[in-house]
Amino acid sequence: MFEAIAFYVFASLTIVMFYITVTTQNALNALTSLAAGMIFISAFFFNLDAEFLGVIQLIVYSGAVMALYAFGMMFLDTNRRLYENHHSAKTVFGLSGVAAVLIVAIFTAPIIGGNAVAAYPGVEALGNTQNVGLVLFTKYLVPFELAAVMLLLAMIAGIVLASKKMDIEEEEEVA
Amino acid sequence: MIGVNHYLILAGILFVIGMIGVIRRKNLLMLFFATEIMLNAANIGFVAVGHYLGDYTGQMFAFFIIAIAASEVAVGLGLLILLYKRKNSIDLDVIQNMNG
Repeated sequence: MFEAIAFYVFASLTIVMFYITVTTQNALNALTSLAAGMIFISAFFFNLDAEFLGVIQLIVYSGAVMALYAFGMMFLDTNRRLYENHHSAKTVFGLSGVAAVLIVAIFTAPIIGGNAVAAYPGVEALGNTQNVGLVLFTKYLVPFELAAVMLLLAMIAGIVLASKKMDIEEEEEVA
Repeated sequence: MIGVNHYLILAGILFVIGMIGVIRRKNLLMLFFATEIMLNAANIGFVAVGHYLGDYTGQMFAFFIIAIAASEVAVGLGLLILLYKRKNSIDLDVIQNMNG
């Protein structure tokens, strides 16, 4: 009962927030509604007994990613309204056709998974976080290490890309 | 009672919203936002299927998707700032030139 109420409340809230994100003309409104939608999505994870992932969603998405976007927007001039001109009706028509086919595929895909079986069921006596740790550090150890290397590379790439020519401009201003 | 189909339909709706954003947006920052929405929709689907199967693989995949999204944001924003410094705009039409 409460699960159903929570599902419908958060589903409607998430859909409204993400709809605002993709339709608004103000970049700040888009950022704020996206952050709100991320927080509402973590409610689904708590509802689905995935507490660890819910907390990760709150910390990484609502905390780190949104803060990074907010910092990035300080570099860009996003105060003015976004003027987006839409020409070339053929492109929009073609992309809409592709999207329609993809939507049908997405909504009919669950039929295929009817006879799926659990590969890593987890231990009943343990909680969610312990089970996540158990599966992650036994069955998914190599992807975990690769993800760590990828994050390190992304951090280095972000620093190098964003800080390029930053010191040169300052020197020019001084001179 | 809420079943796996409810969650899958919700994930589908959210994915479609993100896809609409990718199609109709011309601003690169807004395109990144739409991509985040699509990644989150996939996460909901993975976790829901994992929960109703009693399996932890779905949560693992959602975990790695979050890691990939975080690194995508770091690199993407770096490139975005570089583009803005060079062209003074983050509109998609600005980078649509092929001066051979």
